[in-house]
Amino acid sequence: MMKNLMFKSARALAVVAGLAVAGPALAAGDGPHVEKQPWSFAGPFGQFDKPQVQRGFQVYKEVCSSCHGLSLVSFRNLAEAGGPGFSPDEVKALAAEYTIEDGPDGEGEMFERDGKPFDKFPSPFANEQAARASNNGAYPPDLSLMAKARAVTRGFPWFVLDIATMYQENGPDYLYGLLTGYHEAPEGVEVPEGQYYNPNFISGTTLAMAPPLFDEAVEYTDGSPMTVDQYARDVSAFLMWTAEPHLEARKQIGFGVMAFLILFAALLYFTKRKIWSKVDH
Amino acid sequence: MAGHSTYEPQSAPAKWLERRLPVISLMRGSFVDFPTPKNLNYWWTFGGIAFFVLVVQIVTGIVLVMHYTPNDTMAFASVEHIMRDVNYGWLMRYLHANGASMFFIAVYIHMFRGMYYGSYKEPREISWILGVLIFLIMMATAFMGYVLPWGQMSLWGATVITNLFSAIPLVGESITTWLWGGFSVGNPTLNRFFSLHYLLPFVLVGIVILHIWAFHTTGNNNPAGVDPKSEKDTLPFHPYYTMKDLLAIVVFMIFFSWFVFYLPNYMGHPDNYIEANPMVTPAHIVPEWYFLPFYAILRAVPDKLGGVIAMFGAIAVLFVLPWLDTSKVRSATFRPVFKVFFWLFAFYSVMLGWLGAMPAEGIYVILSRVFTVLYFTHFLVILPVLGLIEKTKKVPDSINDAVLGKTGHAA
Amino acid sequence: MFREDATLEHTDTAEPTRRDFLYIATGAVGAVGVGALAWPFIHQMNPDASALALASVEVDVSAVEVGQSITVTWRGKPVFIRQRTEKEIAEANAVPISDLPDQFARNANLEDGADASDVNRSSTGKEAWLVMVGICTHLGCVPLGEAGDFGGWFCPCHGSHYDTAGRIRKGPAPENMLVPPYQFAENDTIVVG
Repeated sequence: MMKNLMFKSARALAVVAGLAVAGPALAAGDGPHVEKQPWSFAGPFGQFDKPQVQRGFQVYKEVCSSCHGLSLVSFRNLAEAGGPGFSPDEVKALAAEYTIEDGPDGEGEMFERDGKPFDKFPSPFANEQAARASNNGAYPPDLSLMAKARAVTRGFPWFVLDIATMYQENGPDYLYGLLTGYHEAPEGVEVPEGQYYNPNFISGTTLAMAPPLFDEAVEYTDGSPMTVDQYARDVSAFLMWTAEPHLEARKQIGFGVMAFLILFAALLYFTKRKIWSKVDH
Repeated sequence: MAGHSTYEPQSAPAKWLERRLPVISLMRGSFVDFPTPKNLNYWWTFGGIAFFVLVVQIVTGIVLVMHYTPNDTMAFASVEHIMRDVNYGWLMRYLHANGASMFFIAVYIHMFRGMYYGSYKEPREISWILGVLIFLIMMATAFMGYVLPWGQMSLWGATVITNLFSAIPLVGESITTWLWGGFSVGNPTLNRFFSLHYLLPFVLVGIVILHIWAFHTTGNNNPAGVDPKSEKDTLPFHPYYTMKDLLAIVVFMIFFSWFVFYLPNYMGHPDNYIEANPMVTPAHIVPEWYFLPFYAILRAVPDKLGGVIAMFGAIAVLFVLPWLDTSKVRSATFRPVFKVFFWLFAFYSVMLGWLGAMPAEGIYVILSRVFTVLYFTHFLVILPVLGLIEKTKKVPDSINDAVLGKTGHAA
Repeated sequence: MFREDATLEHTDTAEPTRRDFLYIATGAVGAVGVGALAWPFIHQMNPDASALALASVEVDVSAVEVGQSITVTWRGKPVFIRQRTEKEIAEANAVPISDLPDQFARNANLEDGADASDVNRSSTGKEAWLVMVGICTHLGCVPLGEAGDFGGWFCPCHGSHYDTAGRIRKGPAPENMLVPPYQFAENDTIVVG
């Protein structure tokens, strides 16, 4: 009877704990519907698809970077382990394409020089005010953390199941949905001046960003399809990497930690059982 | 505590130390020889688990402080510096951020266990009250810690919570300004929260020691709710409960690691990856999950001061729980009606948690009010009355009888 | 005092090795875990990735006349850049290497074993320019320029004297001042790092 009770209460408390844990995912607001996409970095053994992240960087560089900064990322990151896998020399050459303000020099003047791997990506605007002034009052946000800074509410019961399925790709799923979500506004939907219709936008159905991607807009050299769909996938993967540069290390170490803990728990279980074997309890 | 030790120092240095500072016999009396009821189940391991997580929080917190900058213009970037550049910095931060949730999970289970088995009842009232105090201080600590990354939720969560104090009549505004050190949440607020966030965990450790001292003075409660009568009822803490607690801690670490390594941002809010901006409020301000039931109670009351009083009342009522429950029987095992109300109470808490995350409009407001009333009714009406009228089952004479009765049935 | 206690001490005589093995294995695995856990907590205090990313500074030295020095910052440390006079170079060359307390060049641009000749302390073709980290090798103070018994640098903290090639000559410092990695770029610019 006692055992049965304990089992029942264990089950009940597990539900309580599960619900409690899941609190934030219940957060209010009906966001847009977000389709899950297949990502190479999903799941316990997820890794970045290096060519994809490189292509995504190309899309960022040729399209997004005219308005959006990447201020938390350094050029050197592009050659670091777990990243897109550029070589140090490629990064050096790439950094040199950028102009960085440095200083002050001996005369107290700021001066410009070529970028170096240790520099951070220069932002397209000096500050938020300047960015708004050039974009009809809208502020193109910095993209460094974008893949972790947007998530559409999952709702019950998904937010509970997400714990078991390790679903952490809400960010790139949303970004992909947004970038591929532009189309003609349906009859009767008023689109304000300077706004564009996109039902996948997280707050409202119109936003100030014009459709940024077009087929053939970025010249891929590896034979990947040059479509909006592919560009959106690639740049979303790239932004997941900029937001979480140690994702690969995290999952690799995580596997080792899990394997260790399960082994240790099993040994402890038998040890504990041995110690308690002669006690009525 | 030390009184339970059979320790006799053997070596000359041990004798020398024992005469001057009997720390070895104190530790042995408390955590080696300490007679512990032999029927404690795994729900009893959550105290040890909570203490383990507190230690994790202190150690990872000290590490994070080595790299963090408490300044409103640099805090956000310094956290990202930890995430990107510091060796294993991402691990330290994810351990700490998820550790806060793990601490609350362990403590909430620990509290519900105490409620189920009547661990707050005579003579363990002080242990329970110290526990509620720990809960209150850890909520303050967690709240201030959440402000430190200086994301949007940090800033706006801090704004909303500190504004609670403005509800106090006459002096409310002055208190809020005093808390902020300015006229809005800003750099002075960030700095004082950082200072207190570093201090309070050590205060918690101190209270935890008192908490343990108190129930080591009275002896542990146990699932049967009867006091040990003979040596047959107890076991020495080591190796029985050291191994049982260690096993539970390691299993809990698996759960903890699942979040740290595979779902590190599950517990967090995406808006906190946007740097704080005092000009833009996020569409929905949601506190961390562990505050949601209390947040729901706050919003259930359609009056500023009333909401604040109800919210703090929901915690305050826990302090007097030992005197609200009039039943002489401790364990819910022998209280069939109480058992039902206990699970109902757990259900109210979960519902309030869910409602805390919903927008304060329509049906959610009505439901919040219903469950707020039910929450308080449980403490203020059900428990006092139930203790007087409930027909309880026969309580076993001793722990050993309870244990043998169980095995007897199973056989 | 407990019936169970006895069982811990001496029962299971039939298979004591299996029980002992279980305890030892559990303890050993636990010890490995604690050891592995310690590493991230130790390693986090080592220089981080941004500090390791070799930063460099470019210095325009066109305004530095013969006999003048400037100090620039590199990796948080002062770097002395001096265009030396003919006399200073001659003085440095006049000292036999065997007389030097530290006979190695301590020049990051050369092989480890290079000797402390004047040209190894500066660079071939640009002998007038002395570039070195302005930190006394004794306990880390910043020495004063054009001072001391040898007309080079003098560290006021504990009295180390350096000559006109930045080599230790007298006092407690064990080594010559360090020459950082640097190179001459076009337009009278030195890139340190």
